[in-house]
Formats: sequence, structure tokens, C-alpha cells
Amino acid sequence: MDLHELEAIGEREQAQRTRLRILCCAAAGCQASGALELKRRLETVLTAAGKLADIDVTPVGCMGLCGHGPLVRLEPSGEMFERVTPADAEEIVAALEGRPCTVTRCDRQHPFFARQFPIVLRHCGQINPERIEDYIAVGGYRTLYHVIHEMTPTEVIAAITRSGLRGRGGAGYPTGLKWATVAKSPGERKFVVCNADEGDPGAFMDRSILESDPHLVLEGMAIAAYAVGAEQGFIYVRGEYPLAIERLQKAIVQARRFGLLGAQIFESGFNFRIDIRVGAGAFVCGEETALIASIEGRRGQPRPRPPYPAESGLWGMPTLINNVETFANVTAIIEHGPEWFSSIGSNRSKGTKVFALTGKVRNTGLIEVPMGITLREIVEEIGGGTPDGTPVKAVQTGGPSGGCIPASLFDTPVDYESLAAVGSIMGSGGMVVMDEHTNMVDVARFYMEFCKDESCGKCIPCRVGTVQLFNMLTKLRNRQAHARDLDKIEELCDLMRETSLCGLGQSAPNPVLSTLHYFRHEYEELIGAEGDHGS
Amino acid sequence: MSRLRIATIWLGGCSGCHMSLLDLDEWLIELAARADLVYSPIADTKRFPPEVDLTLIEGAIANDEHLELAQTARRHSKIIVSFGDCAVTGNVTALRNPLGPAQNVLQQVYVEHGDPGGVIPHEPGIVPVLLDKVVPVHQVIPVDYYLPGCPPSAPRIRALLEALIEGREPAADIRFG
Amino acid sequence: MAAKTLTIDGHLVSARPGETLLAAIRDAGITIPTLCHLDGLSEVGACRLCLVEIEGQRRLQPACMTMVSEGMVVHTNTPRLQSYRRQIIELLFAERNHVCAVCVASGNCELQRLAGMVGMDHVRYEYLSPNYPVDISHPRFGIDHNRCVLCTRCVRACDEIEGVHTWDVAGRGVNAHVITDLNQPWGTSTTCTSCGKCQLACPTGAIFPRGVTVGERPHASERIALIVEARKQRW
Repeated sequence: MDLHELEAIGEREQAQRTRLRILCCAAAGCQASGALELKRRLETVLTAAGKLADIDVTPVGCMGLCGHGPLVRLEPSGEMFERVTPADAEEIVAALEGRPCTVTRCDRQHPFFARQFPIVLRHCGQINPERIEDYIAVGGYRTLYHVIHEMTPTEVIAAITRSGLRGRGGAGYPTGLKWATVAKSPGERKFVVCNADEGDPGAFMDRSILESDPHLVLEGMAIAAYAVGAEQGFIYVRGEYPLAIERLQKAIVQARRFGLLGAQIFESGFNFRIDIRVGAGAFVCGEETALIASIEGRRGQPRPRPPYPAESGLWGMPTLINNVETFANVTAIIEHGPEWFSSIGSNRSKGTKVFALTGKVRNTGLIEVPMGITLREIVEEIGGGTPDGTPVKAVQTGGPSGGCIPASLFDTPVDYESLAAVGSIMGSGGMVVMDEHTNMVDVARFYMEFCKDESCGKCIPCRVGTVQLFNMLTKLRNRQAHARDLDKIEELCDLMRETSLCGLGQSAPNPVLSTLHYFRHEYEELIGAEGDHGS
Repeated sequence: MSRLRIATIWLGGCSGCHMSLLDLDEWLIELAARADLVYSPIADTKRFPPEVDLTLIEGAIANDEHLELAQTARRHSKIIVSFGDCAVTGNVTALRNPLGPAQNVLQQVYVEHGDPGGVIPHEPGIVPVLLDKVVPVHQVIPVDYYLPGCPPSAPRIRALLEALIEGREPAADIRFG
Repeated sequence: MAAKTLTIDGHLVSARPGETLLAAIRDAGITIPTLCHLDGLSEVGACRLCLVEIEGQRRLQPACMTMVSEGMVVHTNTPRLQSYRRQIIELLFAERNHVCAVCVASGNCELQRLAGMVGMDHVRYEYLSPNYPVDISHPRFGIDHNRCVLCTRCVRACDEIEGVHTWDVAGRGVNAHVITDLNQPWGTSTTCTSCGKCQLACPTGAIFPRGVTVGERPHASERIALIVEARKQRW
């Protein structure tokens, strides 16, 4: 494979395309609401009308407005329809031909679409994720060619560093710095690992990216491998994502067949293979040292850092671990230049962030917004507020490691530092909207139950602390707690935050502490036990 | 100086801690010179008296009678000491907790493992009602000092009592079992 | 490589390069509590009792897994650390059924000793009172899971010294428990060599020899280090 062949594939693909096309979302969310049946029905209708040769029905990845699925978009008009049922197939075909159609159209001018800034999601909902030709047709793998033949590893790392990209898994560690550390750490072999063990309740960013545009992640990983000097990559993806796994497997096989992964990529001396490792559903395996243990075939438990995986990771070798979304940003940065990327976003948080917007919000779905946008813009403009107009009370970011931010702070810009300053974290991108009917003690208790079930059991503060906290919150919920139990809750939160071994235990108290901070009255209202005994 | 009013009570425990107290032998005579024992299983008093200076509680809270007596003692005492492992941790008395709520325990003891035709005793007002969970004393009333041990040895009891009688802070003395 | 000089609790201390902070602290005659650490075994940093404050580092670090470095300033016994250590011991006592009065290890138990060491005279948390089984299917040893603190010293002794790896951990969170083979009764294990090193390594009465009275059972965890040393020196 060389550049000419790559371009030829892209051109051939463009040429073969029919003028009129129906793009039908085939990501997991829309599949669950019947998208595959709809696609079959559309094909039947077109076959019956003898038009199947002129009109393609293309399964594509996520179009974003997941709560209104299944979604269908028409090319070239760009019209988009929501909640399409198989019975609507005739009307969709009619719309494509300019005839009247009663299926509900999505308003493409709505802030949900207009306010977004797709970089990571730029191909999502545009291409068929199961065909590498589709990806090549939109310019795919050209960046990898450019990197291998025209850039040195040092230049690649410098570009990533200058772009200001930070880890999208939640902690926001500078990506360029991490790459440089792995590149400089001595080791016989090095590894690149993609962390796709997305486990936060309410989060589906990584799943959607993998289901909609798997090659973007593979290309990003290959560029990273070239930059740090690795020849082996792993994608650690959770077993609960069968569709993502299937599409990744297909993508890897296709890329290998095209010579875009494997030995002597683009006829260079660069070799890189990627293997998938399927997680067995432990949340803690998203923690990088536990993830390493799991890939190595051991019990998925974290170990104290340092040493960090960048120095001593898989089998003791320098290992680069980045999140799906981080890798998905790489090609755009190289393609458009680090200055372009760093011009997007806020002062210390560059680029965009993908969020899974869920909860009591009208427009549930996947969004990508520039960093620095305010929570209000996301919740009220993009999300459209609550479905029944009830005032929004708070938004939860960062899953079980994050916190609840009250509506009074909705002018907070979405960037790593600002969210941390209000007691939450950016996290991997889960954003759960809560309305006035949500009890914050219940919210805290829900997340604590999650942490209690997902604690690996290795260190004492997390293993026992989560259970004790959960029991205390349950007691409070049942109006059996004393006033001084709140102090005990805070004391235990402090212990867990300061002494737990890994991020899971250290951040597990966050949902409790943030709700205690902003909604303390809701805790106090539940204090039910009489007197002041118990010490 | 007025004489100290001391009480000891025996809740869900084996009375071993009281035996250990009696093990103080002749020091008890010295103690008697400075304090009155106003309520105790080894004294003939039916009702917990008011204005007690120091109460030692042996045993865990296992039934409603224990709960009531502990609360009464707290109301009438300046200082409460959790006396021995059962009071401090639940100890042997709490070994029934893993078996589940009181009804499960009674069923196992009186019916499943009892004589044929065994029934669960039920005498309201005579047989105290078991609590679902045996808990240490400090989970139902505030406790001022803890003297773990099964039982605490006589010299350890004496060290604690001497300090409290003289108004000193007792030295830390932790030994379970 | 040159020896390192560091400051521990205000005293200047020298340490060998590559040595753990825990070793340096003990060399300096300072006692800090440990539970999952056992001389002769690898470190896991799980019990969090040996956490110390290191100036210039935001997080507390486990002394057992932190390497000494030049100029390090370490505090091993601040009020904050004392409070955390006590809370951790409280959490452990509340987790399973640690009833010293009826335990074969009473008087020989590291957990019991730690309670005294960190000043834990009562547990403020509610006892979880789980109902764990006792496995006495092995002819020479037994395991009472009610007394296990999940330090994994048995797992490491079996794996690293006996080279057998009969023991491991199953389950998550508070449901984690040590198992023999693939969660089979110990007595049916086809890998166990009955060497008894797990029993030597156990800090509590969880793994115990059968047919031995409480008074006869010595606390012999240090023999693990002796075995390791003997092998190294080819005694």
C-alpha cells in the first residue's frame, strides 16, 4: 500500500456512490430501538420499487440525538428524521424523492446540532463503520502515511504537546508529556494501550466512537505507536460492548489486509499490530494499573504508583495508555496542525470534549462541544432543559468519581480546572441532568452502591469504607440517622480520599462530598433519630 | 470529700468481668472505704438509683431490658465505662449476629436444634424480647471510657478505677480477648 | 551507588540505595504499623497502615513500596496518620467476625496487637457480621474466613516461596475472599503441598494448624523471611 493506492481506493469509493442515499443509524442505541429492522424495511421498499441500484441504504454510526432514535438522514439534502419506525419506510423514500412526508424531522438549526463542534465525532453518522473504504474515502489513513514518511517521532510528539491535548479519560494529564515519557523510557519493547473500559453509569462516549468510527482510533493508536516506538498495541474494551468489539475486530482485520496495520506499514520500516482484550466487566479495570494486570492475565487489581505505566507498564515495559477519545483526537491534530487545535477551547483545556448527555433532559444523546462552553449552554440550550419543564437542579459529571454541580453554578465553564474547582471532575464525559424531583442523598447513595460493588477489595479503606458509607447513607435514607452521623460520613470520606490505593477509592467519596457541600439541607432533613446517643 | 457512688451492671455477658472485679480481693476493702456500691448484680438493689458517679457496664445490648437499663444508667451516671469485650465489641454475645435476626436465631436454637416438639418461649413481661442485632454499649448510649478484655484482669480494672476515683485521665490500656 | 540521607521524624538517617522507606524507618528504630507487609514476601501496599507523609508530595505514600531518595523528608506519626491508622483498624474489626475471646490466635495475633498499637479501644462503625464458612477439609490445617483480613500474605507465600499458587483471591469488594485452587475445598486441592507456609504467614487466626492448642501455637511469621534468606545464602 502506498499513497496512490490509498487515494485510488478513496476515489473509487466516491465514484461508486449513488447520488441519493439514506443513512440509517446502526449504533447500539438506535439498534436497540429497531434501526436494523427499519434498514431492512427500507431495502425491501426500494427493491419493490426497483430503485435499489440508484439509492444506497447505508448503515452509519451515531448521529448524536440518541434519545430520539432511530435516526435517519438523507443525502444530499441533509434532512434528518427522528423516531423512524419500519412503517415509515415508504414515506422516507418519498421524502428522498421530494414528495410529502409526515415523519418528524429533526431541526438541524436547533442548538443541539448548531452548538456542536465535531472533531472526534466528525465521521460519526457519516460513514459505514464496517467498511474501511468509507473511512479512506473521507481521508482516512492519509495522516498515518504523512506521519510515517514525513515526520520524525520527535516531531509527532512535539505536535501533540503543542496542541495542548490532555487525557480524555478524566484526569486530564497532558498527552504530549505522556508520549514523551514513554518515548524516552528505556525498554526492550514498548506498548500502546487504548483504554476502552468505559464503565461510568450513564457514559457511552467511547462505545459510540468505537461503534461509529473504529478506524479513527486505530489510526490514532498507530501514530502514537510510531511516536513512542511501540510495535504492539492492545485495545482493552469491556465485554458489555459486543457491537464495539465486533466492529473493532472487523476494522483490525480490514486494516491488516490493506497493509495499514501489521508489518512494514506503508512500505516503511514501521510495524504495528493491534490486539483486542475483552474485559470481564470490572469497573476497576479502567484504572490503568488494574487494566495492565488484566491484560497480563492476572486479577484486575491496581497497584500503587509510582512507577507509572509510562516507565513500567505491561510486563514491566514502558506503556502508553490513553483513552479512546484521546486517540480519536490525534489525526485531526496532525492534519490541521497543533495551532489550529489549541485555538479551540479555553485557556488550559484545548480542543473539544464529547459528552453523553443523559438524565432528566429533553435531548438525550452524544454531543461534542468546545472546551470552555458553560454547563448552562450544554444543559439548557443543547439539552433543551428537562422534558416537562421542571427546573433543573443539578448536573452530575464524572460518574462515580465526580460530583454534582448545582444549577446556581451553571455558568461554570466546562474545563478541567473549573470543574475541579466546584468539587467535580471533567471525567470521561458522562453528564447526568437532575431535576427538582431528584433527592441528592439518593444520588449519593446510588453512586456509593456502585463503588461498593465495583471495589476490587485490595485496600481496606475502599473495600470496607464503601460498604460502611453505603450503610450510613441507607440509614439516613430510612430516617434512622443521628446528627453526628453526618460528621462520621465526612470523616470516612476523608479517610477514603486520602488513604485508598487507587483512583476508584480516592474519588469514591466525591458524589457524597459534593452533594453534602451543595445540598446539605437535604441530608439534614433526613436526620430522624431522636436524642444524641451513639458515639 | 463525699463518698463516691459506684454502680455496676450486667447485661448480655457471662459475668466473667464481675468475677474479675471480685478478683481485686483486699483492694475491694480499700475501695469500700472510699465509695459505696449503690447498684450491682452483687448488691441487693432493685432499681437503678439517681446521681451515680461511675457505672461499669458489663455485657452487650442483646434485648429490650438491656437497652432500657443502659439508657437509665446513662441518665443517672456521670461516667459510663464499657467494661469488658462484650460491652466494647459485642464479643461472644454478638456471635449470633451472623445467623440473622432474632427470630432466625430462636428458630434454630429452640426448634431446629432443640428437643422434639420444641417451641420458642414467649412470655411477655417476663422473658425479655431479643433485639435483632446484638450491639456494643456505645451504639446505644454515649460511653466515656472503654476497658476491653475478656475479662479485663483485676490489675487493669484497678488501674482504671484508681485513675477515675482520683479524677485522673486513665492511661491507654487496650487488650482485646 | 552512594548511600542516601533522608530525614525521618526530624532525625537524619542514612539508607541503602534501592531500599524501601519502610526498611529505612525500621533501621532508624521507629515502629510503624504494617499488616500486609511480611519480610521475605513481595510488597502489595494494600493495608495502607504504613502510609507516611513525605514533604513535597501531595498524597500519602505507603512506606513499604516507596524507595528512599536523597534528601527525602518523612513524617511517620503525625496526628493525621494516627487517626487514619485507627480508622483503618476499626474498619477491619467491623468487616468480619474478629472475636478475640474465642480465637486460636488470641495473644499471637497481629490484628489484636495493632488495635493496641494504634489506640483503637472501640469500633465506631457498625459490625457487618457476615456469615463465612470454616473450611477444615484439609487434614492438617483449617481456614476460618471470618478471621481473614485479606492481607494476601498466604497467597504470596504460596506463590513466591513454595512456588505452588494454591491460594488466590476471588470475588470483589467486601465479598473478596481467599480461595484454594479454583475455589475447591482445601482438602481436595491437587496443588497444595501441605507445606504450611500460608499458616506461618497468616497474621491472624484465619489459617490455623489443626489439633494444636491456643497456647501451643506460636506466632512464627518471621520464619518466612528465614526460609527466603536460607535459600539465598544456600545454607
